Amino acid sequence: MQRAEMIKAKILELMQNKTVDRAIGWKRGEFFYDNSPAVFETPEELEDFVYDSFCGANLSKYLVKEAKKDGKVLVCIKPCDSYSLNQLLTEHRVDRSKIYVLGIGCDGMLDIELIRAKGIKGITAVKDDGETLTVDTVYGERTLPRSEAILGRCTVCKGGKHVIFDELVCADEEKEARGDRFEKVSELEAMTDDERFAFWRSELSKCIRCNACRNACPACTCEKCVFDNDASGYASKANSDTFEENMFHIIRAFHVAGRCTDCGECSRVCPEKIPLHLLNRKFIKDINELYGEYQAGETDNGRSPVTNFTKTDAEPSVIYERGGKN
Amino acid sequence: MLKISLSKLDSLFELIGSEKTLYLPIEKAGQVQFYQYEKGAKVRLDALQTVKSPKDLFFPQSECYARFQVKQNNISIEAIAPCDDKFVIFGVRACDAKSFELLDRVFLSEPVDAMYRSRRENGVVVTLSCNEPEETCFCKALGIDAAAPAGDVSAAIVGDELMMEARTEKGKELCEKLAALLTEADSKDIEAYENNKKAITEIINKLPYSDLDMSAFENANELEMFKSDKWEELSEACLGCGTCTFVCPTCQCYDIRDFDTGSGVTRFRCWDSCMYSEFTQAAGHNPRTTQMERFRQRFMHKLVYFPKNNDGEYSCVGCGRCLKKCPVSLNIVKVIKGLGGNK
Repeated sequence: MQRAEMIKAKILELMQNKTVDRAIGWKRGEFFYDNSPAVFETPEELEDFVYDSFCGANLSKYLVKEAKKDGKVLVCIKPCDSYSLNQLLTEHRVDRSKIYVLGIGCDGMLDIELIRAKGIKGITAVKDDGETLTVDTVYGERTLPRSEAILGRCTVCKGGKHVIFDELVCADEEKEARGDRFEKVSELEAMTDDERFAFWRSELSKCIRCNACRNACPACTCEKCVFDNDASGYASKANSDTFEENMFHIIRAFHVAGRCTDCGECSRVCPEKIPLHLLNRKFIKDINELYGEYQAGETDNGRSPVTNFTKTDAEPSVIYERGGKN
Repeated sequence: MLKISLSKLDSLFELIGSEKTLYLPIEKAGQVQFYQYEKGAKVRLDALQTVKSPKDLFFPQSECYARFQVKQNNISIEAIAPCDDKFVIFGVRACDAKSFELLDRVFLSEPVDAMYRSRRENGVVVTLSCNEPEETCFCKALGIDAAAPAGDVSAAIVGDELMMEARTEKGKELCEKLAALLTEADSKDIEAYENNKKAITEIINKLPYSDLDMSAFENANELEMFKSDKWEELSEACLGCGTCTFVCPTCQCYDIRDFDTGSGVTRFRCWDSCMYSEFTQAAGHNPRTTQMERFRQRFMHKLVYFPKNNDGEYSCVGCGRCLKKCPVSLNIVKVIKGLGGNK
């Protein structure tokens, strides 16, 4: 049985034996690549359930809303998404007793935009043999190595382990982590101040302030964001000057520091493909270096080094010195 | 019809740029947008679409209205005059060109928006037909022909030539100024141009949404559609971000805000999004409290309210940007199909 069918059968079983009342998964789109998150309430609705290489969306944040409703909700959680969910539980944004976590396996997702970036247009279907993607288009067939179409957030992988689940289906817990997530951060650190400033100005000036990064981010769960709140004095729907978008992203990165699990949703959803995750990774790298290795969301009772004072914490002067070097 | 070899485009852009500000689809930091042309810019006439539509150039995402300065007991007010920069936008696709007509209906009807009108009067639009439309394109379903775009000048890339034809006085004026670089097309060129048009039409007919059924929205029963039980399902994944509205060529809602500079106030107008939670916040009350209501408003506006007030014209040009950019793959086609009952 295909993986999607096995997951679907499991959800159906859990619905029918009343373990859960509804389930959050992905619904087939119009094309093969435009699957959307969806809540399934009946076996009939479940007919449209899909799980394939185009299910990049992290479903954990939907629980903030869905777990407040009556009954128990099942959620399909990929290994990396399980860290986000744990973090949400840590912050009491989701009631554990209202959810059923179905851990599912993941081979790394694909990104249709990366296929398009190769100049491939009019895409109607894709065949994936694990090595090569064969793309059908209205202009004929094209091929590309699968590795070149892997979703940005999947090029660095935390591995197959689910840090939280009630049940696993088609999961490969032994799958090893892959990639060096600090590679690009180190490159940026090695730049001169001017080069780094130019890099971020060039990237961030593309920002259209759509707030997709914030709204998709599982760590951004304020009831009312300060930037939406008229009474805050900081509400802004557009940049009133050319530097404001830079500050928006830097402030947001500060706000999620120590809480960001590095799920990569911010960069996945950005319509301008700004590598926003690099800001978060810089903070993660700094936290690791200053306070010792820390992975947000690894447990559901963890206390971030940023909010947890210990006598061995680095002194501000140490941070200052170090900051001067990088 | 006039023509110029693609190898001479740089000199064409130089010449236009020496007369007027020139905007072209230019790649910066990996993304293509309409940016001001500078020598050496990475011009991408092959890119079907810019991330943001060119509506920016007539209706900027953010523009200053007025500045208030406080000095002791005096407040001075500086009103900002409408922009009078003469400019050319080159490489606008048929869908985006149509969006300008739709924006005109909003901003040029009484009371006329002086900022917008000034930019419209000062801008010359050079369109470009789409040699390689994508599967997300559905302009045909909205009565737009990607092979014959509107604009002041219509252009097409045929083989290694760029063909140009002036369609308005402004367009003729521009072509006259470029006369030194352009040559008259001969019958062979015209034949190649016609064949290219046919090839585009053939591709368009193969696209999955070219025959998207819009019949459910012709004389739609407004209240019935408003009350449809489909809205919950259609909107349930919506994140409430503004991506669809900000990449959309026809979305035209805006807000006016004051920015406190410390010693005064800058009053600016900026795009707003009906997807934002505080969009309709007024006098302490918000009539649309759920994302479903906000989502419904966006599509009811485009597919029902706007046509009702604008001779049946939908506020959608089938560019497909929302199909490509929604973080959770919701889009207007899914809404049209969902409400039209053909899925």
